[in-house]
Amino acid sequence: MGAQVAALGVLGTRLYQVQVAEGARYATLARDNSVSVRMVAPPRGRILDRFGVVLANNKQNWRALLVAEQTTDVGRTLDNFSQLVPLDDRDRARIERDVKRHRRFIPILVRDFLSWDDMARIEVNAPDMPGILIDVGATRVYPFEDKLAHVIGYVAPPSEKDVDGDPMLSLPGIRVGKAGIEKSRETELRGRAGVMQLEVNAYGRVIRELERQEGIPGDDVGLALDAGLQQAVLDRIGNESASAVVLDCRNGEVLAMASNPSFDPSLFNTGVPQAQWKAWASDPRAPLINKATDGVYAPGSTFKMAVALAALQSHAITPEERFFCPGYFDLGNARFHCWRKGGHGSLNLHGGIKNSCDVFFYQVALKAGIDPIAAMAHRLGMGTALEIDLPNQRIGLIPTREWRRSRGHPWNLGDTVVSGIGQGYIQVTPLQLAVYVARVATGRAIEPHLTRTIAGEMVSGAHAEDWPRLDLPDKYLAAVRYGMWAVVNDRGGTAPEARLPDPHVQMAGKTGSAQVRRVSREQREHGFDSSKLPWKYRPNALFVAYAPYDAPRYAVSVVIEHGNAGATAAAPVARDIMMKALTRDPAGRTTAPGTTPADQVAQEQPT
Amino acid sequence: MRETGVIDRRLWRETSFDLTAKLFRINWLYVLLLCALAGVGYVALYSVGGGSAAPYAARHAMRFAAALVLMVGIALIDIRFIARLAWPAYALALALLVVVAHAGHVGKGAQRWIEFGGLELQPSELMKIALVLALASWFHRASWERIGNPLFLVPPLLAVAAPTALIVKEPNLGTAVIVAAIGGAMFFAAGVRWWKFVLVLAPIPLVAQLLYNHLHDYQKARIDTFLNPESDPLGAGYNIIQSKIALGSGGMWGQGFLHGTQGHLDFLPEKQTDFIFTMIGEEFGFVGALAVMGLLCLIILAGMATALRCRHQFGRLVAFGLSVNFFMYVFVNIAMVMGVIPVGGVPLPLVSHGGSAVITVMIGFGVLMSVHVHRDVEFPDRRDEI
Repeated sequence: MGAQVAALGVLGTRLYQVQVAEGARYATLARDNSVSVRMVAPPRGRILDRFGVVLANNKQNWRALLVAEQTTDVGRTLDNFSQLVPLDDRDRARIERDVKRHRRFIPILVRDFLSWDDMARIEVNAPDMPGILIDVGATRVYPFEDKLAHVIGYVAPPSEKDVDGDPMLSLPGIRVGKAGIEKSRETELRGRAGVMQLEVNAYGRVIRELERQEGIPGDDVGLALDAGLQQAVLDRIGNESASAVVLDCRNGEVLAMASNPSFDPSLFNTGVPQAQWKAWASDPRAPLINKATDGVYAPGSTFKMAVALAALQSHAITPEERFFCPGYFDLGNARFHCWRKGGHGSLNLHGGIKNSCDVFFYQVALKAGIDPIAAMAHRLGMGTALEIDLPNQRIGLIPTREWRRSRGHPWNLGDTVVSGIGQGYIQVTPLQLAVYVARVATGRAIEPHLTRTIAGEMVSGAHAEDWPRLDLPDKYLAAVRYGMWAVVNDRGGTAPEARLPDPHVQMAGKTGSAQVRRVSREQREHGFDSSKLPWKYRPNALFVAYAPYDAPRYAVSVVIEHGNAGATAAAPVARDIMMKALTRDPAGRTTAPGTTPADQVAQEQPT
Repeated sequence: MRETGVIDRRLWRETSFDLTAKLFRINWLYVLLLCALAGVGYVALYSVGGGSAAPYAARHAMRFAAALVLMVGIALIDIRFIARLAWPAYALALALLVVVAHAGHVGKGAQRWIEFGGLELQPSELMKIALVLALASWFHRASWERIGNPLFLVPPLLAVAAPTALIVKEPNLGTAVIVAAIGGAMFFAAGVRWWKFVLVLAPIPLVAQLLYNHLHDYQKARIDTFLNPESDPLGAGYNIIQSKIALGSGGMWGQGFLHGTQGHLDFLPEKQTDFIFTMIGEEFGFVGALAVMGLLCLIILAGMATALRCRHQFGRLVAFGLSVNFFMYVFVNIAMVMGVIPVGGVPLPLVSHGGSAVITVMIGFGVLMSVHVHRDVEFPDRRDEI
């Protein structure tokens, strides 16, 4: 009897130990057992243009789910469902597998991205399909579709390398930016996940919601871009495989960045069909590449201002120093031709730029030397990484002696000669060209940037004073600018096509026609016509420009792949783009063209 | 003085008395304690049912009511008559155990149950009572000298070993241990020398090792996971861990009636049967659980009091044996839910849901009460005959 009481005493002690002494520990475990913490994805921030036009938005996404325990016959429910919305065999197999795998009260995805019509039809026929329920999630939509695909980028389910420690990425259906602004501004756009505490039972069924802490929605990102101008630029490019960039000269804001052909960014959200992948991969015009930042081209004659500035800055030449052009230039045994067969005669810097005389720049390049030219090109934004807020950019290449030596070759003077006209090893991106012309136009080391506001707050860089001066003497810059003015506006300039119709607003520019393969002497002597070559061997057509000449505001670069000649293919496009920029004047106004401030307020209401 | 003694003797040593007198002699306080325990069961099962009398609490109450009538009925039967039934009852229980070994209903992987007139019976439960009666009947007649004779102890040893072996084979390790323990307690109470226990118990570690090797995997798993429950938190150790978690989350004062999360969210397994005490501990805390343990302790002590007050050896042994039986139920169950001993299918009597257990436990209490009612009857023991 005493033994029994003692035994019960032991149990009582043990009870005290479990319930009271270690109670807190077990209570915590109990909470872990029954409280399931789930994250709730916040709405992703929108992407807007400079006037508040929505470029990337969230749309409700209707999904059909199946709760197996609510139907007696899963097969029949799916049969009835597929009469309204077709399900292929793969879908069916996946659904049936999921039904087997999960507990019967867990909803299983039947079909994503239902149209409004599908949704309505399913709702009406709901009695025939027990267990089917419609759920609304969020999906990303791009109202401008392919027109801004390269700039905005796209979202897709996260992959291994996207995992950055944010537990939100484990949410089903979550999307992260994979390209463009969607990627570079991922942090701002994503927001912070809300937390929902649910009481669940041992089988995972949700009993009730205990607590809900709303997430922080992602910030809206406002771009400097003007969607209207972008549209106009793309319209003007038309069918060409081309890219064009419009910058605000004074602060580097990217007002338009077009790359054609393009793609529909929403495909990445829903899943890219296999056939589409193949089509993209085999297209020589590379629709997935943002040519403005990831396409590299020899700048051709558009590079000549950099050569001129390098020579002036290093005191190799003076603006008035004259060089003679007989139509060719001999360096040792090698003969380098001018684009004009008969030559230009004697030219100073102004004439050299205006006529785009190759022989003039062969000699200037030799006098300046390749390393000062490379230094100047870098200073002007070419062959160097720009601070553009996009996830990818090609750096291109401005060769130096050191670079050549590092590859095991000596630098040849002939390489300097061809570098003088932007050929040879030199490769730049259209964006770099636009930055280059903007820097020449303003004398400030502006950096290109797309983001203008985050959550409505201006980011820095919108003012000219935010950017340091280039530290180039004004007189040199003025000489070069004057040459560019003459290219377009002076009699005998190489790009009269680029002249603006309004004589009070003048554009300064420079053509470029960059060979993509070498032209042999034989071809040259037999009346070579590059426009008769197969498309992919024709020279690229380039044009860089800024306007107004006397008060630079917009910088434009146009690269038309295999467009043959800068003056005829690229210059008119650049002119029309510039006209559009000047008339819309996005950098000079705070409300979208054609709207009053009152309209603007109405437009900014959250939708 | 002598006259008084004669009168006293007549008054206390009544050989027979009428029904009213018997009813008057029933220990109604004891009945009240049992009702209180069943009430605890009702409350706990009401909570298990999710705040509803269906499906457990109402049935539990009805069964208890029926079993209570049965118990009082048995209490009125003369203990000397019951004594005559001891060995037949033992034989019947043993036969049922044999039957269940061959044709029993399989529940949870063990053959333990037998259908008996619409009522499911666990013969092992009946055997506990029958064994107590049989051993009491055996030792009741024994003089000290005979108890000292080892040969005299062989038949009762076999009487304990046979059902124990059958129950181990069922397999129901928990109950087998209880049966063996009851047998041992009876031997002890009968006055068997302690060194004889040592003699029998000494080889147990060896036997245990041998036995362990022949155990079913799930029984081994129980012992293994008992030794280290965290080793398999979602498998065999789940029950023990969840039970401890639920108890611990009750804390000092409990989560409140109907507010125990672990039980209600089904984290706690078998909460209406084996783990009902955990349910109580979670909702009413250490205080509530301790109160229930106090109640159980009172019931055991009251049974012991009956044994002490009984004037014949048979009654003493029966009351003691049945109290030990009840104690073993309680100890094994509570020790199990707190992770002190391995999990075994032992319910908490009168609290856990389950018809068979209530009926058999109440039959046992009926016999115990019969001892109490007939504590003073002439019941010649043959201690002095030889």
